Amino acid sequence: MPPDEQNKMPEGDVEAHARLRETAADLGGADNEVALESLSQWQLAWRRFKRHKMAMVGAVIFITVVIIAIIGPFLVPFEMLNFPGAMEAGGDPPSLEHLFGTDRDGRDVFGMTVHGARTSIMVGLGSVFIAGFVGVTVGSTAGFLGGKVDNVLMRVVDVFFAIPFLFVILVAAQFLGHGDVFSIILIFGLLTWPLIARLVRAQFLSLREQDFVDAATAVGVSKGRIAFRHVLPNAMGPVIVAMTLLMATNIILEAFVSFLNFGISETQATWGNSLSNAQNALSLGNWWWAFFPGMAIVLTVIAINFIGDGLRDALDPRTRE
Amino acid sequence: MAATTPRPALEPMPDSDLLLDVKDLRTYFHVMDGTVKAVDGLNFSIPRGRTLGVVGESGCGKSVTALTIMGLLDIPPAEVASGSMHFDGRDLLAMEEDEWRQLRGSEMAMIFQEPMTSLNPVFRVGDQISESVIHHMDVSKSEAQERAIAALSRVGIAFPERRARQYPHELSGGMRQRVMIAMALACEPKLIIADEPTTALDVTIQAQILELIRETQEETGAALMLITHDLGVVAEMVDEVIVMYAGRVVEHGTAEEVLLDPKHPYSEGLLASIPSRASRGQRLNIIKGAVPNPFNMPGGCNFAPRCPYRFDACDEHDPRLKPLDGRQVACWKYQDVPS
Repeated sequence: MPPDEQNKMPEGDVEAHARLRETAADLGGADNEVALESLSQWQLAWRRFKRHKMAMVGAVIFITVVIIAIIGPFLVPFEMLNFPGAMEAGGDPPSLEHLFGTDRDGRDVFGMTVHGARTSIMVGLGSVFIAGFVGVTVGSTAGFLGGKVDNVLMRVVDVFFAIPFLFVILVAAQFLGHGDVFSIILIFGLLTWPLIARLVRAQFLSLREQDFVDAATAVGVSKGRIAFRHVLPNAMGPVIVAMTLLMATNIILEAFVSFLNFGISETQATWGNSLSNAQNALSLGNWWWAFFPGMAIVLTVIAINFIGDGLRDALDPRTRE
Repeated sequence: MAATTPRPALEPMPDSDLLLDVKDLRTYFHVMDGTVKAVDGLNFSIPRGRTLGVVGESGCGKSVTALTIMGLLDIPPAEVASGSMHFDGRDLLAMEEDEWRQLRGSEMAMIFQEPMTSLNPVFRVGDQISESVIHHMDVSKSEAQERAIAALSRVGIAFPERRARQYPHELSGGMRQRVMIAMALACEPKLIIADEPTTALDVTIQAQILELIRETQEETGAALMLITHDLGVVAEMVDEVIVMYAGRVVEHGTAEEVLLDPKHPYSEGLLASIPSRASRGQRLNIIKGAVPNPFNMPGGCNFAPRCPYRFDACDEHDPRLKPLDGRQVACWKYQDVPS
């Protein structure tokens, strides 16, 4: 065991230690230690998250992908349509000139993968942002107000769950999408929010019965303030985990929908479009057509799932014991 | 006062020295299996600056009474079916929710039973106290913070500036209850309702907290409604006491009267069940049975099925509070049974 490891406090000991200090202070003991850092729930969660090795690996991979998505396209020029060398025969294996090889039409697979990262990350973050916004709003309204409002909103949610999801996405993407990224983001967001809404509502239902809600009401805090300032922050843990996992799902979904040519137009680089172009890769033995974009999807999604796992452990109150 | 707003009906103004006057209060819960009469015809009042003890075992309506006064019940399923509550001369039941909300925290405040769960885990304790201050007083954020710190130091918390920046999970149970008290007292309310404030605490801390409540009460001149099932606490803290059973008052008198010479068989049973030096080595006294099923109340006196003095009339007629030796008791033992 490295010396650094030995100095670390075992899980949960931070709070136990804090309580010990309290007891000492209660007994009139030395109070000078109180000046030690005072950690919020989020800071404690971050501590727990840092201890989660897989989650940290996931976070590093994900952040790398995000950085590539942001600056990569500026460094690696790539055009889906008027690319240089369009007239040459494609299908070169990976080389120093083309790290990931070239595709059927002679396009650089590396460039396509880098540009696809931007699309995938945009779809993932964007759709989850919309789903989160709508879901949290609807879920907290339903859960906090209860009664008729809850009933109506939850029936709407039920309808969303009842319709064949994939089918609707395919149809919506084709007829409303016109193949641009923002329509896909909007469609994914507006179709996946019920998942978040249900979760937020469940959280609200249990949290609004908590003593601290009564205590806040008893000092005259208004209902709206209680819902958004007192209950919502306490409900966010599981919601953040769910949003993380939803992001992974939506990234896969985008690849899937684009693969079927129902999604983002072929004029744009996405991982799904790359895979779509690589449909006969294996029969031709050109593994690099499918391997690199496929690996990009797998790595990103696994990384996000690891992060979700770590967040679940870090934010779940039961792991605090 | 000029007649700017016409009163809806002529009603006798409550005595001005009474801070809280509750008459014939009935709080019912409409649930799937029927109606639970949690509070069923409750009468009591608290004069300014005085302390009223409310005792009784679990499920007899003590906490519901407190929540009704504070207006914290979820309506529905709860319903205040009848009765009146006057606070400082104002009719609580006629108030809009907004008005009532203004009273909460500024004029009436509540200390809860569970200090471990009554503080919001994601807020610094100082912010939780100042939230109430900002709400009720016209002060800036930093002034509210200062008041919060002052409130913390008043409840005996050392290094209040540092404590104010801590989160609830960093404080012990006793500390958190002190914070709860600081929160309740931050705006110097006229009425403090303490719902079993020491039940969840260690015995050693209990005494400190009670002492603290008494001190702050003396300082601010607030009235206190102390809900407890600990008769020792009653003896130490209260002026008057009401003994509740199944949603009603069965005995009402000064603490001395009720504790030294209980008249109602239930009060008698409660007192007898406290272990004492004299009863050492003997089996503990208990009141046999349990609080009656709220869906199936006995026809006559609610306590009859458990009462050692029960006679036929008890099963048929419901006793009312009647004066007896300077106090009030609801028991056929001391009243003429209607024929």
